[in-house]
Amino acid sequence: MSTEALVVNGLVKNFDGIRALVDFSCSLQQGEILGLIGPNGAGKTTLFNVVSGFIPPEGGKVTLKGKDVTGNAPYRIANRGLSRTFQNLRLIRQISVLDNVLLSFREQSGERLWNLFFRWRRSRDQEAANREEAMALLEETGLASKAGDPAEDLSYGQQKLLSLVCCLAAKSNVLLLDEPVAGIAPEMIDKMLGIIRELPSKGKSVMLIEHNLDAVMQVCDRVVFMDAGAKVSEGTPEEVRNDPKVIEAYLD
Amino acid sequence: MDYLLHILILIGIYVILSTSLNLIAGYTGLLSIAHAAFYGVGAYVAALMALKLHSPFLVNIICAVFLSGLLGAAVGIPSLRIHDDYFVIATFAFQVITFSILNNWVSFTGGPMGLPGIPQPSIFGLEISSHLAFLVLVGIFCALTLWITQRIVQSPFGRVLKAIREDEVFAQTAGKNVAAYKVLVFVIGAGMASVAGVIYAYYISFIDPTSFTVMESIFIISIVIIGGAGSLWGPVVGAVVLVTLPEILRFVGMPSAIAANVRQILYGGLLVAFMMWRPRGFLGEYAFHSGEARE
Repeated sequence: MSTEALVVNGLVKNFDGIRALVDFSCSLQQGEILGLIGPNGAGKTTLFNVVSGFIPPEGGKVTLKGKDVTGNAPYRIANRGLSRTFQNLRLIRQISVLDNVLLSFREQSGERLWNLFFRWRRSRDQEAANREEAMALLEETGLASKAGDPAEDLSYGQQKLLSLVCCLAAKSNVLLLDEPVAGIAPEMIDKMLGIIRELPSKGKSVMLIEHNLDAVMQVCDRVVFMDAGAKVSEGTPEEVRNDPKVIEAYLD
Repeated sequence: MDYLLHILILIGIYVILSTSLNLIAGYTGLLSIAHAAFYGVGAYVAALMALKLHSPFLVNIICAVFLSGLLGAAVGIPSLRIHDDYFVIATFAFQVITFSILNNWVSFTGGPMGLPGIPQPSIFGLEISSHLAFLVLVGIFCALTLWITQRIVQSPFGRVLKAIREDEVFAQTAGKNVAAYKVLVFVIGAGMASVAGVIYAYYISFIDPTSFTVMESIFIISIVIIGGAGSLWGPVVGAVVLVTLPEILRFVGMPSAIAANVRQILYGGLLVAFMMWRPRGFLGEYAFHSGEARE
């Protein structure tokens, strides 16, 4: 068994002549926190979209826990144990905080019509168990008091926290976090980073995009710097920060 | 007395129609313009089977639901996998085609002359002939429709439907097979609409294609919007209001030739007024989209 949670190999993607990904390869080890940094338009979010199945690549391969998932539908990839958050925050704003978390549990018995009418008891019991687990997760992250509120009533930082909680509820072991701490209050950043730092001990591997370099330096085991769709530098946070190619790219 | 029962029976039929459309449009956010077509499929299946095969009511209702669901899948599977806009157009096309077939296949459907003389139903030897008996029958099917809908919308399945309505991308990220949910819910809604058609055919005992036009689809959509999309009791309120409203016109003493036209104006005006001032309808939790919530 390989210890690689996620491997992308030679990914290629163009948008109307703009090269978003140019033969991009990298891998995420089991239990690792990998930071993905680079200037705007470097293709970081495109990489997330390709890996999570929202954009089919023109070339290359995505391997999730040893299985080739290239070009699979997003829901299939999600059910193989990958969760992601979005830069522009996606939640179901009109339903409650708790319902957002409940929605994120995978393979629920009550999501099958047949069970709803012919195995109702089982669906109900599972729902009750999920509810308890969801409340525990909200308790841990300090969102429990907001459980009944519509998600849109949360502050921006709390919404980012909630989308992370949704990833946890999914019990995925590969998490792609797109700017988890961008634009939120400093104390919220600490809280968020605290949760992210604990993820490897829960058997999860994390790849995160972040412009806040301090945050990246704090939590990441390894950093990949990308520019114009290609990998420019890779190594420990220190190595990457001191790489002349990185300094040059940022100065450009 | 029979007049009052007649109104109540009509309300019951529209409760079934609008509740099933609410499942598709109100909870899942898919605008279907084919609801009258499925209503018509139910009515014609029941009428043809009763007239030509003399098969019993319950057999006919099962066949109608099955065929309607099958047609729902045939319309939904290709169109729902692409984009919601195609779905609206596909349902519109299905509506128009269904009407044309009912209207033009004279040897089979009777064409514009319709199918007269549909026999009264009997269930387990119980003759349904009086208005009161029909009201009980409609009431049972209304209750059944509402119960099934409630079971669906208050479950994890229903939670996924609402998620699809609000943000498909998020639903996919949460591992939900969005296309499959949409098709399934459309098939269920189509099946329920055909039940209303079966009851209508037996009750009126004469059907013709004019009961199943695009206008009828829009009328059902109006009930859902005015009553309140995405709430269980919204369509019930909507059905009561929109079915009784023209009857009130009759009491005002308006000649029926004018009343028919005023009715259309009234529905149109109401719909516009609700869209402008109360897009959530009487009871709804879901405002029909201004487009802002979607990308």
